[in-house]
Amino acid sequence: MGYRVVVDFDLCESNARCMEAAPEVFEVRDDDFLYVLIEEPPEEMRPLVEEAVRRCPKAAITIAED
Amino acid sequence: MQSDLRATARRRPSIVIVGASLAGLRAAEELRRRGYEGTLTVVGDEPHLPYDRPPLSKQVLAGEWDPDHLPLTVQSDGGIGGLDVDWRLGARATDLDLATKTVELDVAGRPERLGFDGLVIATGATPRHLPTDGLDGIHTLRTLDDCLAIRAGLDGTPRRVVVVGAGFVGAEVAATCRARGLEVTLLEALPVPMERAIGAEMGSLMADIHRDHGVDVRLGVGVDRFEGGARVERVHLADGTTVEADVVVVGVGVVPNTGWLEGSGLTLDNGVVCDATTLAAPGVVAAGDVARWTSARFGGPIRVEHWDNAVDMGEHAAQRLLTDAVQDPVPYDPVPWFWSDQYDRKVQLSGIAAGADEVQVVDGSLEERRFAAIYRRGDRITAVLAMNRPRLVVKCKPLVAQGATWAEALAALG
Repeated sequence: MGYRVVVDFDLCESNARCMEAAPEVFEVRDDDFLYVLIEEPPEEMRPLVEEAVRRCPKAAITIAED
Repeated sequence: MQSDLRATARRRPSIVIVGASLAGLRAAEELRRRGYEGTLTVVGDEPHLPYDRPPLSKQVLAGEWDPDHLPLTVQSDGGIGGLDVDWRLGARATDLDLATKTVELDVAGRPERLGFDGLVIATGATPRHLPTDGLDGIHTLRTLDDCLAIRAGLDGTPRRVVVVGAGFVGAEVAATCRARGLEVTLLEALPVPMERAIGAEMGSLMADIHRDHGVDVRLGVGVDRFEGGARVERVHLADGTTVEADVVVVGVGVVPNTGWLEGSGLTLDNGVVCDATTLAAPGVVAAGDVARWTSARFGGPIRVEHWDNAVDMGEHAAQRLLTDAVQDPVPYDPVPWFWSDQYDRKVQLSGIAAGADEVQVVDGSLEERRFAAIYRRGDRITAVLAMNRPRLVVKCKPLVAQGATWAEALAALG
């Protein structure tokens, strides 16, 4: 059972808390934009992705189950 | 908790969370995530389910977002309903009896008693008020209802808005009012705003940014009194001058909500005093703005009023409540983090800048209004502040977390 990382870029304000929680999945670059590096992360990364979801101050990240 | 479950097999264990905002919500989520299956009651004195406060000084006040758009993520199947929480909203906690393990509530004037096996105290804080002599149009900002009242005042196109207090809430309100095209005077009693939070140099920069945007910033002056008919019409300052104002927003700090705990036996001292693991008493933990805990990183008791702390501590306190007494409870000692959005600038601070001996810009410049700066106390890096450089906060934070030496930090960032 896979899952996808979904970011609402209207809500995202590049606080980069997601990058801190799961740097292999989320990267805020020098242009200050968030880039999702892995849209369908492996299952073992799920706890880190869920932490990123909880830590996002704008509630901009959701996990879509496939 | 496990021994409690065996001993009380005939009834489900119960946990009560007093406080239905961010820390309380995150505690509830963590309890369920950790497999807690007993009853879970969350008590809140506001009539709303948990909602997000930061947009109250920004998007909602600006009129960009509707009041029902204050999202907080809820991690459970079925969202907030999936937490299986008994929500007691509009219920004010009035007393705690540790001997009988009951919380007394005032529900629309009627007393009620709630028994518990475990208790999470997350009652937050209330804004300090200035004497208003009963004048309308003078507000504090903490709740959604506060925000909507201020917004109604702003919708009436006031001649001028006076914001008392240039802390982060006041500064954000001032920025939002300016963005709405209103005339704003920002008053700060201290000579430099936010000095304790970010230092004198950075505090002065923030004042300059507000002046750049046309805010009338007055430092080192307090409010003597308000004047008006039924509504406020002018503010008398301590230096003898007056400022005409139709709307006043007072942001001069908050007081932790511990009044209901007087006489309970808990130690109350600028918040509910906890040990290093968030425990306030056996079976009682505290989290968020109301909690004062012992931090090894800070070197003593600390109370942190940031959004991130409500999340972190709410989760940790829930874990602590479920931790068996014989295990080694994990201390709560994160690196604090906060952000503030003013105009098109995003300020972030990670660590503790208070008491710093030096601050040094390591990327960009204050003039550009885009930079990262690190603070040291003694020989160690203690904090990083960034303006519109979120990536660099993530990069610097591990250095702060590990207490790197100043030389190590400068080398890593060079």
